[in-house]
Amino acid sequence: MTPLPRSVTEQLARRAFLSRAAGGLGGLAAGSLLASPGAHAAETARWQGVVRPWHVPPRARRVIWLYMAGGMTHLDTFDHKPRLVSMDGQPMPESFTNGQQIAQLQGQQLRCLAPQHPFARAGQSGQEISTIFPEISARIADRIAIVRSLHTAAINHDPAHTFMNTGSMISGRPAAGSWLWYGLGNDAEDLPGFVVMVSTGKFGQSQPIASRQWHSGFLPSRFQGVEFRSKGDPVLYVNNPPGVSGVGQRQVVDAVSKLDSQRGELVDDPEVAARLAQYELAFRMQASVPGLVDLSDEPESTFSLYGTRGGDGSFAANCLLARRLAERGVRFIQLYHRDWDHHGSVKDHVRGTAAEVDRGAAALVEDLARRGMLDDTLVVFGTEFGRTPMAQGNGRDHHMKAFSIWLAGGGIRPGITYGVTDELGYDVAENPVTVHDLHATLLHLLGIDHTRLTIRAQGRDFRLTDVHGHVVKGLIT
Amino acid sequence: MPHSVRAASVYVTLGGGLLAASLSLAARAAGPSFDRDVRPILAEHCFACHGPDPAAREAGLRLDVREGATADRGGTRAVAPGNVGASELATRIRSTDPDVIMPPPDTNKRLTDAQRMTLERWIAAGAEYEGHWAYRPLRRPELPATAGQANPVDVFVDALLAERGIAPAPEADRATLIRRLSFDLTGLPPEPAEVDAFVRETAPDAYDRLLDRLLAGPHHAERLAAWWLDLVRYADSVGYHGDQEITMWPYRDWVIEAFASNMPFDRFTREQLAGDILPDATGDQRVAAAYNRLNMMSAEGGGQDKEYHAKYAADRVRATAGAWLGSTLGCAECHDHKYDPFTTRDFYAFAAFFADVAERGIYHGANSNGIWGEMMRVPTPAQFLRLRELEERLAAVAAPADAGPEAQEAAAQARAAVQAEIDAVDRSLAAMPATVSRPPRTVRVLPRGNWMDESGEVVSPAPPGFLPGIGGGQSRSSRLDLASWMTSAENPLVPRVLANRLWALAFGQGLSRRLDDHGSQGEPPSHPELLDWLACDLRDGGWDVRRVLRTVVSSRAYRRSSVPTPARREADPDNRLLARQDRHRLEAEYVRDVALAASGLLVRAVGGPSVKPFQPQGYWDYLNFPQRTYQADTGPAAYRRGLYVHWQRQYLHPAMLVFDAPSREECTARRPRSNTPLQALVLLNDPQFVEAARALAAMTIAEAGHDPLDRARFMLQRGIGRVPLAAEAAVIADLATRQRESFAGDPAAAGALVAVGASPPPPGADVVELAAWTAAARAVFNLGEAYTRN
Repeated sequence: MTPLPRSVTEQLARRAFLSRAAGGLGGLAAGSLLASPGAHAAETARWQGVVRPWHVPPRARRVIWLYMAGGMTHLDTFDHKPRLVSMDGQPMPESFTNGQQIAQLQGQQLRCLAPQHPFARAGQSGQEISTIFPEISARIADRIAIVRSLHTAAINHDPAHTFMNTGSMISGRPAAGSWLWYGLGNDAEDLPGFVVMVSTGKFGQSQPIASRQWHSGFLPSRFQGVEFRSKGDPVLYVNNPPGVSGVGQRQVVDAVSKLDSQRGELVDDPEVAARLAQYELAFRMQASVPGLVDLSDEPESTFSLYGTRGGDGSFAANCLLARRLAERGVRFIQLYHRDWDHHGSVKDHVRGTAAEVDRGAAALVEDLARRGMLDDTLVVFGTEFGRTPMAQGNGRDHHMKAFSIWLAGGGIRPGITYGVTDELGYDVAENPVTVHDLHATLLHLLGIDHTRLTIRAQGRDFRLTDVHGHVVKGLIT
Repeated sequence: MPHSVRAASVYVTLGGGLLAASLSLAARAAGPSFDRDVRPILAEHCFACHGPDPAAREAGLRLDVREGATADRGGTRAVAPGNVGASELATRIRSTDPDVIMPPPDTNKRLTDAQRMTLERWIAAGAEYEGHWAYRPLRRPELPATAGQANPVDVFVDALLAERGIAPAPEADRATLIRRLSFDLTGLPPEPAEVDAFVRETAPDAYDRLLDRLLAGPHHAERLAAWWLDLVRYADSVGYHGDQEITMWPYRDWVIEAFASNMPFDRFTREQLAGDILPDATGDQRVAAAYNRLNMMSAEGGGQDKEYHAKYAADRVRATAGAWLGSTLGCAECHDHKYDPFTTRDFYAFAAFFADVAERGIYHGANSNGIWGEMMRVPTPAQFLRLRELEERLAAVAAPADAGPEAQEAAAQARAAVQAEIDAVDRSLAAMPATVSRPPRTVRVLPRGNWMDESGEVVSPAPPGFLPGIGGGQSRSSRLDLASWMTSAENPLVPRVLANRLWALAFGQGLSRRLDDHGSQGEPPSHPELLDWLACDLRDGGWDVRRVLRTVVSSRAYRRSSVPTPARREADPDNRLLARQDRHRLEAEYVRDVALAASGLLVRAVGGPSVKPFQPQGYWDYLNFPQRTYQADTGPAAYRRGLYVHWQRQYLHPAMLVFDAPSREECTARRPRSNTPLQALVLLNDPQFVEAARALAAMTIAEAGHDPLDRARFMLQRGIGRVPLAAEAAVIADLATRQRESFAGDPAAAGALVAVGASPPPPGADVVELAAWTAAARAVFNLGEAYTRN
């Protein structure tokens, strides 16, 4: 396995950018230092990353993380537990729950709740998937690796999200996307390296999502995830003010460049060059973002694949945008669908929410595969925790001891199911995978040894995996 | 008890520290200094396995204390003072055998040759340990007899520069000086007229008088408050889950008031940590004590009280240790600290100080009823004045004692009416979380931080064991004892941390640049004697924050030009020796303030509820419990200083966030200063900055005559605070000319541009002219220099 070479076109594009910037801005000094702990690399417009060369041969260049926010029940989606059918309505055996942390069901009588929808075998691989995911079952079952043995340390949404994204429940650590951008840089010339999109469904409690989930923590804030919005400006402040044309904006930016660079030379301030490079990038983002969200260059077949024409704020529309972002070289793309908190009416609601994401997720994987991009794109379909085998009325409570996700693409062994839970889906029985393990595996697939990507803060070196994490070899081809 | 043994051993080493602290500069330069040269190497490469944490200690060896390093280990010693050849450490760091070499290869830590040599030279010279610079007793360094009346800052700074043969930069020009001083002390740019006056001043005490004026004004207090609010993680929302809004601004106003009256820092400390339990606590002191309620809180259904009690307790330890001790005590929640002598027990004993603060784990229902445990009602400034007026009226309507029954009756009725008004105002007062003392919760050491594990030892409140104790008798120590301990004469850490951070306000970086960590992983100060001198001046001079700041900004070092020369940059790339001043981008609040002040839009009112300036629609869409829509303020509230912008922890105003304002979920001692394309997008396109540009354009057209160059000069001078060069004015004038041509062909576009913002354009304005100069002003408000403190 040899490392992926940086493409020739990319190198050319970069050189062209530098010479253009140099011509237009009176010289681009690359020697400016970030006034932040740990970040000593030269700051140019496009960050090149600190992991050079890769620690291990990379299998993927980018990540698309489909985040089922709210706590997707594993028992009604990807972890088939026939035993729960016969136990339906029976008291949950105390041997499972004694002394365990429980969320809203504290102090209540605990009874089992059967899987609410049948499971079926899908694809050549015969993966067991709930029938509420017909598209995933029919189109991509053989492409995904289902992991049934995730477990986490947090039982409430907010800390669980923070743990899943940053490896710590304490706020202030960088999100995985920020780590990757910092570590590997960004292949996109005029887009951020970490893009977030959020869609909201109709069938559950729309749990809040804090912007800390894509915060750069103690990494410089240039590595913060940038939210692409379905309403208003696609990126905050990306549109010119009313009445200002592209030419008018260019004139303003040029005047700024001229005055700033004159001043920078006079007072010997290298920071000026770095700042001008950011202006240049901002100006190009203003041009490229509208192009990104303008889908008129997509063939009709795309719209029929995804089941949307875009612009409707749906998860499927975000999946389509994710593919377009991936094509442009964005390193880390995260799509939240924040509707999985099914404390009640889990039967109807999980079916409804699954239908909101099924087609988009399947279309994305298939689309990437058709374009040859699945080979170097890691797709994660995950959540912050699972839900209890015990009923909460006709719903399920939060559950951190076991839950399911799936992975696909770059380096992932397709068509397998990894890990096993006990007969009631309460605890992990085989091959447990921690959140740190998931992070370690993700970094590994991207060419990074998770113990070596560190930054100094608060007096010590921090990693995404803190002091934990093992690469899950069984998931990797 | 291992605890006290360890404490004793640290005290033993402190003796050496005292000696080292009194060494002269020249003596210090002779061999490797433990503090400056050796400890950072050991801390970085060795302490994780051979440091204070016994659970992580390998081979029973600790290198953070001399007794451990030099102990006889069955015939060998890790460190044999004066004998490199007999020192196992020296052998190991030179080994090529992967089983022998230290640090082990799997740690990914490697020593450089220079570091190996430093360690060897240190062993050869006797392997002396010093107490850590921040922990050793604080003694006022002697000033040389030749110092005379010189500012002590300059005595120390110049001595080091002379030793290194570096010539300092000349004094900055007057326009730069007044702008620098205004930013550092008030966060606001000076008005052009003030700059002009100061530039023309010839009196020798002009600088002193400027200082007096700036230090005495309310904006200085605002600037210090903004700094302090980062440390104590002040915010207007609870942070967890639904991130609901809370009323916390009275605490912020108390901080402003405290700095405005130059409240001594010991009292400042006491009232925040323990204002509620002071004898006859006043309303202000109770507001100050809301410090203890600044932690994040949750109303998330399904949260367990006990888990969140543990989270809040840990949150307070991190914040209080961060704000006052400049320490990472929070690291000891699950294990003994890897680098500093904090034990897990220290962590929980520190947490126990706050165990009496009444609180809940999960605030069920608070998302709808707004009741976050104990609450108190607090008036806004307007309500306060109204209440005072009503109370005066109430007093005034008392009838004379000898009045007849009718008069008595009338007076009683009048009083009742006023009382009813008072009651009505009382009922309308906002309620803020209050600190109320209750019998303390039991605090146990949580093994590995696990809140479900109740097997840990019960602990009583106590400061970290290696620092001077709290003294006193048998009774349980209180928050008040903690406050007194913080600013006691024996506490060496608090004054050093404070002095270092005050220094950073004036120089852009600390004497020790790690403002968030003064422990062994921090950075030894560039000028230890100076730091100690300032710390002593705080401690022994009545904790007079203003006096220390004044000393610092009066120095010649402070007044130097920030323009580096190649020679100076080469001699000292990071400017640790202070041959020049620092140059840096302003913090988020002041980016906003500059645009508002320069455009004349700024409303300089002080205090009151936080304000909500315009923010993009839908920015709060992912908040829930309850769903809410951001209601932007209009009128004066839209033009308040950045300090007053509503601090929503999960969704801080985007224009603040991109300029590195922290979420205030944790103590922030040091903000990064980043440079991103999103910052450019804010300055270019945020309607608030466009509106400021239009206001500046309107002012320019009204006041600067008709000559485009005059207008350009006027506008630039307001934006960047100096008289622009002719070539610079020409760029702006030319931009306005070209924009006028475009807008003349598209008056609708001109109309659209000048209509941006919460205020209307001036009536009767020539829209094309105004739009053209608005474009020019947009360029001014995008210049780096406008937001750079030089």
